[in-house]
Amino acid sequence: MSEMQLDSSPTTTGEEITNYTINFGPQHPAAHGVLRMVMELDGEIIERIDPHVGLLHRGTEKLIEYKTYLQALPYFDRLDYCSPLAMEHSYVLAIEKLLNVEVPIRAQYLRVLFAELTRICNHMLNIGAHVMDVGAMTPNLWVFELREDCMNFFERMSGARMHHAYLRPGGVHQDVPLKLLTDIGDWVDGRLPELFGDAMSLVMDNRIFKQRNVDIAVVSKEDAVRWGFSGPMIRAAGIPWDIRKSQPYEVYDRMDFDIPVGTNSDCYDRFMVRVKEVYESAKIIKQCLAEIPEGPIASSDRKVSPPKRGEMKQSMEALIHHFKLYTEGFHVPAGEVYVATESPKGEFGVYLVSDGSNKPYRCKIRPTAFSHLQAMDFMCKGHMLPDATAILGAIDVVFGECDR
Amino acid sequence: MATVLHSAPRFASNEGVKDALVTALGDMVVSSKEQHGEIVLTVKRESIEDALRLLRDEHGYQQLMEMAGVDYPQRAERFEVVYMLLSLTKNHRVMVKVSTDEATPVPTVTTLWPNAGWLEREVFDMYGVLFDGNTDLRRILTDYGFEGHPFRKDFPLTGYHELRYSEEEKRVVYEPVELAQDFRSFDFMSPWEGAEYILPGDEKAHEPPVDDPKTTEKPEQTGAGAKADEKAAEHTKADPPKMEDGKKEEGE
Repeated sequence: MSEMQLDSSPTTTGEEITNYTINFGPQHPAAHGVLRMVMELDGEIIERIDPHVGLLHRGTEKLIEYKTYLQALPYFDRLDYCSPLAMEHSYVLAIEKLLNVEVPIRAQYLRVLFAELTRICNHMLNIGAHVMDVGAMTPNLWVFELREDCMNFFERMSGARMHHAYLRPGGVHQDVPLKLLTDIGDWVDGRLPELFGDAMSLVMDNRIFKQRNVDIAVVSKEDAVRWGFSGPMIRAAGIPWDIRKSQPYEVYDRMDFDIPVGTNSDCYDRFMVRVKEVYESAKIIKQCLAEIPEGPIASSDRKVSPPKRGEMKQSMEALIHHFKLYTEGFHVPAGEVYVATESPKGEFGVYLVSDGSNKPYRCKIRPTAFSHLQAMDFMCKGHMLPDATAILGAIDVVFGECDR
Repeated sequence: MATVLHSAPRFASNEGVKDALVTALGDMVVSSKEQHGEIVLTVKRESIEDALRLLRDEHGYQQLMEMAGVDYPQRAERFEVVYMLLSLTKNHRVMVKVSTDEATPVPTVTTLWPNAGWLEREVFDMYGVLFDGNTDLRRILTDYGFEGHPFRKDFPLTGYHELRYSEEEKRVVYEPVELAQDFRSFDFMSPWEGAEYILPGDEKAHEPPVDDPKTTEKPEQTGAGAKADEKAAEHTKADPPKMEDGKKEEGE
């Protein structure tokens, strides 16, 4: 990138321009949330960026220490509010790993199905926002229609459009109606590829879009590894690393899907990796819909997952279990685990320390954006000021998750 | 190891990895364990950088994915700093730990991974753990001018200051926290499952037996006083008073 640095000041008449510092954000439409970046500029060329994060810090990890395991679950929806189910996924898997509880196969399929729908939903937002950051308006409106469809499916799944609290330790909260599954199937076959294909045809080969993204923020493979990249960021660098594939959880090992990787490791590759991932997610959704078996949707271990309401009317045991689970909650064996899943943005991990009581002793959340955002300085150096928005758009940050 | 029932991410087998790493790290290792399918190595604080360098360069743990602080106030060295390492080539994860206290700094690993910078800043911000060699150890998540380390166990959940927009002063003002009601912390531990406190009344169950058990077989044993004892002795009769037609017979 150093050849892009000018040796002399970029004025025609030879005046000396000293470096100056500007504030990007905390309220900036291209900052994707409350991000403040102190930028040192030489003319329009970025010399140094110091991102100030934490403006949305809510102390989620501390709050979780004061809640039972089940009460802490909804906090995860509110971390990355663009892909809430992916956040819940790591957390419930961490609890299940400590408890070593078995999840029924139908619940695993439902989790994978909706996790992939979440991935599509998240990528719709990011792809739309990214193209809008570099100047295109229409595709964003089109993909937001698809996002709206996803939201409607989520509403029919859990009753909530965004904060689902759908995954529960031992399974999922409730079964889904058959009509929802057939509707998702129709959508994946029809509306999604149609509308998404149309929107992307406007962008992918667009000259302006390429000018703004190709060769911007090139990160080598070695740097991507050193900076702790994950998700589309590391895949764009040409490393085929996907936790769904290499460390499969739930029923991902039964799924047949490909991992798109980039060749050039620039913002355009990151964008294209996400575009391809949408199609791969659609493939997984189709397989889930074809293979999903009938059966229970939550563990039958009554010390972890509550009984059905109908059962409670008949059985004293069931009533006691229900009462105990929703007041005291379940106790988790002492120990510590670090469970990371492939969220749409990268590796989302939960380090859970249990002291054997009904509340987590410590719950450290590994946000995907933290390591990526940290590399902002190194990725932006030598680029122009407007490139910063493209780079930021390609990182896919959400501050609910980054700041916790 | 017990059968794996859960469906959490399945990385490469742990078999033999712990022993191999312990042998490789030699006397840098303080303790090691394998629990819940996770390998946790505790190493000496001074040698954390060397240990992680060895793991990175010789054993293929290329990525530092996460650093977490944990506070155990009852320990002499109350803080634990946990490094989560990921091997992309071996498809494996390990955790490496060091412990420290408020004053003793931990050697930085920013020399090994550039992304350790912010991770260390976060642990410093939340727990006050110092990192020796980190040139940019500023606060990261808390407010500008924040005091204290909020994730310590002795830091109250509500914090000490709250802020609001003041209409009079036309700016955001900071005020000490005023709670309308006391912080409520419900205790759901079952007393028969090893709670550490004693429920009111339970202490009697454990009182040692007394030499002279208290009985009230005679009036003087009631402890009501000599006068009452006298009165009681006057009325002592074999038969109770008889009841006839609702009238009460008085004496003889």
